[in-house]
Amino acid sequence: MSFSFRHLLGTEALSRGEITFLLDQSRAFQAIQKQPLKKLATLRGKSAVLAFFETSTRTRISFTTAAARLGADTMNLQAESSSTQKGESLVDTVRTLEAMKPDVIVIRHAASGAPHFVAERLGIPVINAGDGLHEHPTQGLLDALTISDRLGRLDGLDVTIVGDIRHSRVARSNIHVLSKFGCRITLCGPAMWLPQEMACIAPNVRLESRLEEALRGASVVMVLRVQTERLQEPALPPDEYIRLYQMTPARLALARPDAVLMHPGPMIRGLEIDPAVADSPQSSVLEQVTNGVAVRMALLYLLTGGAPAAAGAAPGGTPAG
Amino acid sequence: MLLIQNGRVVDPARSFDGVADVLLEGERIARVAPKIDPSLVASGADRFDASGLIVAPGFIDLHCHLREPGNEPAETIETGTRAAARGGFTAVCCMPNTHPVNDNASVTRFILDRAAATAAVRVWPIGAASRGSAGESLAEIAAMKDAGIVAVTDDGKPIATAKLLRHVMEYARSLDLPVIEHSEDASLFAGAVMREGPASVRLGLHGMPAATEAICVARDVQICMLTRARLHVAHMSARESLELVREAKRRGLPVTCEVTPHHFTLTDEDVVYDSRYKMNPPLASREDREALLAGLADGSVDAIATDHAPHTQASKEVEFDRAPFGVTGFETALGLALEALVHSGRAPLARLVELFTAGPARVLGKKRLIAEGEPADLTLFSTEHRWTFRAAESASKSRNTPFDGRSFRGAPMATIVAGRLVWRREK
Repeated sequence: MSFSFRHLLGTEALSRGEITFLLDQSRAFQAIQKQPLKKLATLRGKSAVLAFFETSTRTRISFTTAAARLGADTMNLQAESSSTQKGESLVDTVRTLEAMKPDVIVIRHAASGAPHFVAERLGIPVINAGDGLHEHPTQGLLDALTISDRLGRLDGLDVTIVGDIRHSRVARSNIHVLSKFGCRITLCGPAMWLPQEMACIAPNVRLESRLEEALRGASVVMVLRVQTERLQEPALPPDEYIRLYQMTPARLALARPDAVLMHPGPMIRGLEIDPAVADSPQSSVLEQVTNGVAVRMALLYLLTGGAPAAAGAAPGGTPAG
Repeated sequence: MLLIQNGRVVDPARSFDGVADVLLEGERIARVAPKIDPSLVASGADRFDASGLIVAPGFIDLHCHLREPGNEPAETIETGTRAAARGGFTAVCCMPNTHPVNDNASVTRFILDRAAATAAVRVWPIGAASRGSAGESLAEIAAMKDAGIVAVTDDGKPIATAKLLRHVMEYARSLDLPVIEHSEDASLFAGAVMREGPASVRLGLHGMPAATEAICVARDVQICMLTRARLHVAHMSARESLELVREAKRRGLPVTCEVTPHHFTLTDEDVVYDSRYKMNPPLASREDREALLAGLADGSVDAIATDHAPHTQASKEVEFDRAPFGVTGFETALGLALEALVHSGRAPLARLVELFTAGPARVLGKKRLIAEGEPADLTLFSTEHRWTFRAAESASKSRNTPFDGRSFRGAPMATIVAGRLVWRREK
């Protein structure tokens, strides 16, 4: 498998082979995270722009950490301090950033398709760090890596995703990754957040608004954050959500005993998830965070021109103090 | 004097289709006959050899935005009407959502004065139904009518309330003006940038369901029933809306409707993250498109209208969510209509000509035919000429079209307004 794309804009367009390749590459970087000295000199002299037009803490820190561990410099643009507040257009802002000669641009934006718009206009690789309601491809990849670590495979799993499906870019990226491995995906949530059309976006996707039904036999249970700030519809009363959709120990017990419980964070304990579930051994929440750094290291490395690593070995060789 | 020879005259208003010569004298049609002997025509008359071409009554566009006054960087009456002439249009109806809004006679007169000084084709302004199109109180409709408006609308949005719509329609009826409705339910529309469906869900773009339009069409038809005023549904995109219009027509209500070339050509599956695919109403489903094509063919739809909506590159080259709605449309309308209706075998050529001529004329209470004494407005076109549309070569100031680079079979070849050749294809 060779590396044939210039940007990472979404997981929909990735083939199964490309995803497998990216996960294999990420495993090489996972190993580095376990070493006492975690910094490589691989990307020394390279720089990445992190252009976050929508506020983010964890994804931005994850990319910053990934770049730092590869020895690359990062330049940060955050919405609250950016020139967009002064009326500058997105195209002018990113062209200005490009003129500072970075090697890659990581973009998060509230508008779906903004990274695609940028990628068509810039000469450098673009990584989508979350665009509107569309995709969050690095999350989809890090979730796949986490599942594969826990269960030893991705193929043919029963996966249940619970929450505000309509507004979730995490759900979309996960669906596009997992359906390529023959997973059967059940989407579950309040009916107004569960558009019928979601069943058509990939093979083997079904909808189920009853959580108990959705959980039966699942190997992977993904709980989404209730993104109250995104809601355009009249919001569902939180007590109703808790009553029907909160992930409790009793509900999780309907899934397979070895089911992995995932959450992209940030979690709201007591709303979408019972603290006892969040802290249970089945929860992979912190592994997801760790794997996020590895996946992002692999992408930064590959998109800035690094040669693919041999299986199991970290590219760039020795740690650089 | 202009003698148009050997063309195939297609005049649906007279159910005429045959080779004939047409003699124009001054601003009127002087004679239509199978053969007009040039030696009998006064010397000095220009001749136009229309062999192989269709000679049609002058095309009318019921729906366009010329942006003047107020947004001249996007379009002016001069550039917009030059683009219209290149599309074969001899008369265009410009929507009142300019700055200031065309809600009083002085703005109407300004538009007509600018048109007299700069326009390539006839400009028929449409007045605002409510003051500032704000949906609160009636605009000065009678004064605008005296100044020259041909209809009223609050286009860009529907007339705000059923009560106001009722008042507007009662008043418009007394003034013999049609009321044009941009039908959409604001609460379902809020925040949406495309049609709701598999494509919007996949792209993660906020969608509006077809009911957004149909709910408002249902309201509008009910008020039409109450007032018996002429109702014209603009840029209809949904199958359900068309069914409501069909039913209203069956009941004998004075309801008409138009469909745009982009709605009968593209669907929501064509939408990509490129604001040239963003317009309102948005591109609809494949089933809707099929229904619109059937309606165009069977007579349920009265007119093809472009909804030519120019926007500057700067305003359109932004995130899809942030871009204004609208696409340009004059120069590609006929090519798209030939492709969708005639070359596909869905409708005869006479029906296509009707949708650009007698159909829209009827909506406005006018006539459009090729006969002695009628205004000398003619559209000459080819059903076979092969060409490629290049937005960069458009006469419009704006380039926001999804049809840039599209190849066509059939094209406007010459546009004649008031006896004058205002545009002719060069190659």
